[in-house]
Amino acid sequence: MTKARRRLLITAAAGTVLTLAAALAVMAMRDAMVFFYSPTMVAENPPEPGQRVRVGGLVVAGTVERPSSGGANFTVTDGNAEIRILFAGSLPDLFREGQGIVAEGAFDEEFRFTAANVLAKHDETYMPPEVARALRDSGYWQNGEAAPSSSYGDSVQETGR
Amino acid sequence: MIAEIGRFLIALAFLACVAQTLLAWRGADQGGRSGAARAGTAAAEIAVIAAGLAFLLLVISFVRSDFSIAYVASNSHVDKPLLYKISGTWGGHEGSMLLWCWILVLFGLGLARIGPKDPALRARAVSFQGLLSSLFFAFLAFASNPFERLLPAPIQGADLNPILQDPLLAIHPPMLYVGYVGLSAAFAIAAAGLMQKSGGRELASALRPWALGAWVSLTAGIALGAWWAYYELGWGGWGFWDPVENASFMPWLLGAALVHSAIATEKRGAFPGWTVFLALIAYILSILGAFLVRSGVLTSVHAFALDPERGMWILGMLGVSAVAGFALFALRAGSLGEGDGFEPTSREAFIGANNLLLAVTAGVVLIGTLYPLFVDLMGWPMISVGPPYFDASATPLLVLAAALMPMAAFMPWANGGAKPGLKQMRAAFLLVPVAGVIIAFIAFGAPVLAVVAGGVGAWALCGAAMDVGVHWRAAKVRAARFAVAGRALAHAGVGFIALGAAADASRPADIHRSLATGESLTIAGRTLTLEGVRRADGPNFMADRATIRVDNRFTVNPERRFYPAAAQTTREVGLGSDWRGDLYVSVGEARLREDGVMVYELRAAFHPLVWMLGFGAFLVVMGGGLALTGRLISGVPARVRVRSDAAPADAAAPVEAAEARA
Repeated sequence: MTKARRRLLITAAAGTVLTLAAALAVMAMRDAMVFFYSPTMVAENPPEPGQRVRVGGLVVAGTVERPSSGGANFTVTDGNAEIRILFAGSLPDLFREGQGIVAEGAFDEEFRFTAANVLAKHDETYMPPEVARALRDSGYWQNGEAAPSSSYGDSVQETGR
Repeated sequence: MIAEIGRFLIALAFLACVAQTLLAWRGADQGGRSGAARAGTAAAEIAVIAAGLAFLLLVISFVRSDFSIAYVASNSHVDKPLLYKISGTWGGHEGSMLLWCWILVLFGLGLARIGPKDPALRARAVSFQGLLSSLFFAFLAFASNPFERLLPAPIQGADLNPILQDPLLAIHPPMLYVGYVGLSAAFAIAAAGLMQKSGGRELASALRPWALGAWVSLTAGIALGAWWAYYELGWGGWGFWDPVENASFMPWLLGAALVHSAIATEKRGAFPGWTVFLALIAYILSILGAFLVRSGVLTSVHAFALDPERGMWILGMLGVSAVAGFALFALRAGSLGEGDGFEPTSREAFIGANNLLLAVTAGVVLIGTLYPLFVDLMGWPMISVGPPYFDASATPLLVLAAALMPMAAFMPWANGGAKPGLKQMRAAFLLVPVAGVIIAFIAFGAPVLAVVAGGVGAWALCGAAMDVGVHWRAAKVRAARFAVAGRALAHAGVGFIALGAAADASRPADIHRSLATGESLTIAGRTLTLEGVRRADGPNFMADRATIRVDNRFTVNPERRFYPAAAQTTREVGLGSDWRGDLYVSVGEARLREDGVMVYELRAAFHPLVWMLGFGAFLVVMGGGLALTGRLISGVPARVRVRSDAAPADAAAPVEAAEARA
């Protein structure tokens, strides 16, 4: 095969695969992109019921309720507004009151947020960037200030022991 | 005192790396045999010893629980078992960076001792490695000092994150870092070769063993991490397309492309520029991975110590390495020469297709990983890109690459010939077991992609078996046998991984249910009965251990642990494994039911054939190791010469014979 033909062939193959991959990526991105809503954003301009979104904020102390049927319900805040989150699964081991969390799920017609999962972190001092931005946008957390978090002592063990 | 000595040693190693860069550069200018080149090697030795001693001092500080060192105080505790005191050394940012740096200089010394044969090329590579090491040592010395004092020293440490207290996690990071950092040696050789205007074939030969060794380590490191995530995090996944996982997966994909394209360049002179480009970008993506993991810019299920300032440092190092590498490539790629010709059905063409698919997959993963970051930087509404994106974009490309893989071993070099190749492979005959696997997957109600991936996995396994069957006899020499066995094992490993992943994607839905003692639930035809929960405390934790009987055959014992030092709760999964798969049970909170009975939240799952993932990764590592061993004991294989009039009917056998004449 001549050099020119080989180049043409390689270019054609690469072009085909790249086009295919780009098409796959764009289509997948459109379906898989999940928008983040802070409690303030939800209050001002709520997402459609059923649309898959992420919400997040600081878990409000004293709002965590654990129904006997399993799961847990709790409220998150960004200082301006609050969202009640219903979660049927088992909370991540690092879930604590006062901590910044992100939950993925959807609002229903009655405007309750049902989470499909609550994101777990390896590090209990970690603040998800979405939540950090939401807290800054709401004015709850000024730049330069230490990250807000409630003190969690031995009282917040969740083992039920 | 130890902290001050440690700090001094890091500074010394930094200076030694700078000296290594300058001296080896001068040595390379003088042809590589001069005093300057030898002085460069000596500097590399000093850097290895200094960094090694610094690392040892940090380990000692951990063993002695010296909490006057801030890093020890935030990652250790006196009650922690000795193994985890030691592994705590690389459990956080600063210590793992020190390990990273030490491995960098070890590779620098390795290049100086057993690097490229051409002395000028070798000295130049040592110099580039010195540059890469200097960058990271500067980061360590100026922005991530592991020996930072904490005064007054606390009486007790904050403990290593309990989920990191696991034997696998003690060896996962070192393996991963040997992989990440080993790619720096390929980068250094590629950059050196461009500087020296080496030929593409010579360069591919020089960098292939380093790339192969690094890639094998990276494979092992990723597999260990996935295994750990599977049984330690308690949600039953082994991969989640999480940014931190992607951070190691992208260099792995490019490393996989590199170890294959280097074969084509070495044996047939094909794709010289591409091979060098891959060697450069694979390491750059390793640094990008370090940036994503350590800067905290992305939400990830694995968030470790995070600090935006560190992020700027790593971005700076990324920029320097990328600009140096790509500028050299732009200026000098012409000197690599043009590859020899090949037909569309030749081995080269199949390797090219493999490279194209792997590189495009890496690109697709990169876009999915960085797009949320880009959106955040632009101040647009924040988004996340999750597994659905990657499953719909990256997975099909990988399945396609795996489908082409088994045939490549049967395609002759250069002149090609698909028909004789497929006939030799007995492709038509192999399609019978493949069809069987596909039917089995459909019968179990697997999703479409899983059916395809399962069939491709079976196809890859059959192909690998046939590869050994046909080519082992033709391989007369030890080196060729190593090559055939390594290739077949690694490709069989890919087949097992595809099968295991497909089976796991077709698993029955997980069950969450609260059970009281004596109650049962059923999953995948297995009945699980909660027999009881009792205390089972460990050295530095309290635990509730559940006893769950499965079908009156055996019991599993998931635990819920509380680590008082870190005030953190973790789960230990209960696993019941046989060849069909893993029964996977974790136990959550206890709570009082309406009827006043104490119930425990159980999460039960069945993961069919999940062992194939681990076994497949093991085979890939073994295969890569065999290929590397064959290469180390037999040296550079001969260039494959192909007669232009070669009868394609029996082309594969003479090609293997030619490979064997090393």
